[in-house]
Amino acid sequence: MPIAMKATIIMVITMLELDFMRTALIAAAAVSLVAGPVGYFLVLRGQTFAGHALAHVGFTGATGAALIGVSPLAGLFTLTIAAGLGMGLFGARLANRDIAIGMVLALALGFGLLFLHFFKSSATQATALLFGNILAISDQTLLMLVVTSIVCLALLLFISRPLLFASLQPELAEAKGVRINLLSTVFMMLVALATAATSQIVGVLLVFALMVGPGAAALRLCKSVLAGLVTAAVLALIESWAGLTLAYATDWPVSFWITALAVAIYLAAAYSSQVRHGQKA
Amino acid sequence: MGVAIALDNVTLKLGDRRILENVSLAVNDGEFIGLLGANGAGKTTLLRAILGMLPLAQGSLLVFGQPPSRGNSAIGYMPQNRASLAETRLRGWDYVAAVVQGQSPGLPLYGSPLRRKVDKALALVEATSLANRPLTELSGGERQRLLLAQALVDEPRLLLLDEPLLNLDPGQQRNVVALVKHLQTELHIPVIFSSHELNPLLWAIDRILYLGHGAAAIGPVDSVITGPVLSKLYNAPIEVHRVGGRIFVMSDSVEVERDAHRHEGHDHHGHHHA
Repeated sequence: MPIAMKATIIMVITMLELDFMRTALIAAAAVSLVAGPVGYFLVLRGQTFAGHALAHVGFTGATGAALIGVSPLAGLFTLTIAAGLGMGLFGARLANRDIAIGMVLALALGFGLLFLHFFKSSATQATALLFGNILAISDQTLLMLVVTSIVCLALLLFISRPLLFASLQPELAEAKGVRINLLSTVFMMLVALATAATSQIVGVLLVFALMVGPGAAALRLCKSVLAGLVTAAVLALIESWAGLTLAYATDWPVSFWITALAVAIYLAAAYSSQVRHGQKA
Repeated sequence: MGVAIALDNVTLKLGDRRILENVSLAVNDGEFIGLLGANGAGKTTLLRAILGMLPLAQGSLLVFGQPPSRGNSAIGYMPQNRASLAETRLRGWDYVAAVVQGQSPGLPLYGSPLRRKVDKALALVEATSLANRPLTELSGGERQRLLLAQALVDEPRLLLLDEPLLNLDPGQQRNVVALVKHLQTELHIPVIFSSHELNPLLWAIDRILYLGHGAAAIGPVDSVITGPVLSKLYNAPIEVHRVGGRIFVMSDSVEVERDAHRHEGHDHHGHHHA
């Protein structure tokens, strides 16, 4: 055991000596601390599928931007935020409309593919967009991710109280003067920002795991809202950092490890809440 | 006794549909009103108008002498449509606390005055033991008590309860009506309690407000639940039968309430997206 521990410590130290690993860890931390709490509210509001679809729209934005010679990252953020705004404005009508959302999701990926076809980009670029490329994050992107995360988190904390009220009791919140439509639009734009940032870590296809996994697990584990929000953030951080470390150790893709950990932690949380439920019943 | 709610010649519309037409009535302070009527008769619409969530098409409506306005903390409201809360272990206390000053921005942090408010509301509905239990483990009746606590947490002077008996078994229905009756007498506040079913409410209510086909009838049960009055509200021949202290409202020998239940799922859904 001590030998294994020593080896692990040495591995972590050598990992931390690498610039790109340090950048990746900072980026993952910034994004995770936002993705977790945002996911908590997405699960609470039953809007996880909408969040998933937003990520896919980002793929269209990135490939479309590349086609017209604009930065893919700018395209990804722009189209995701626009889609978030649209979803927020049509929010009430989109609630529980899985088919409509699914169609938009499929269409977005279809267009993304078409743009890639015209752009004649390499398969590597497409894979990076779809499954993430956290080890190749530039300093500029890192700065943007950190700023985005800070803005998102500040905004989320600012609206968290009315958002909680509106999520748990929409009718009563409306009666008490909460501006439901404005609130859900702001929230969806916030989700769009967080989704775009998260897709830089795990790619557009796997955003669901890092955003929804920790939030869903936290809702299964925590009885109080504040504990749930903190737990979601911490779980997301653990998943992304552990994912990076495991990827470094095994040379397997980072996104695989983050996804696997997110699913494992969710299942463990669901199992433990079921066990506790069973004991009481 | 003061007047809590006064409607004068009120018309309410949803889109182009006239839900209530030229209705005038008053609810007195401290009164327990049973609000009845078929689906789509406008029970929820009337409550929403009192809450200031639906502008009047015509007439005047006063709540404690003031025109309705959203965010009126004098009114405690228990809506019919609620978010589903599967997959969470959120406890009862947090569920009730989310309502306290839930409209103001910031974190859901609660200082001791607010915590006391939540504890007090839970105690009022005899739900202190539910404070630390996850919502998913609660029965329908227990959840109903938490919803009542949410309605009471701002110490309202008027309670509007929309279909609290929905999806409850007869035993739970009895408990909910008894609890609301207890609150109404204890707190001396008027209560409007909407329901599909008349019988579970019969013993508790002071007067009945029956809606149908744009019109309203208000008064003691014996003067409203009669063939002629209800025939007018349903726009169909209605017979009223009394059997062993229970009242059966029949249209063409079909019980009206049973019929309302069969369509419940439909109408509920339709309203949600309206």
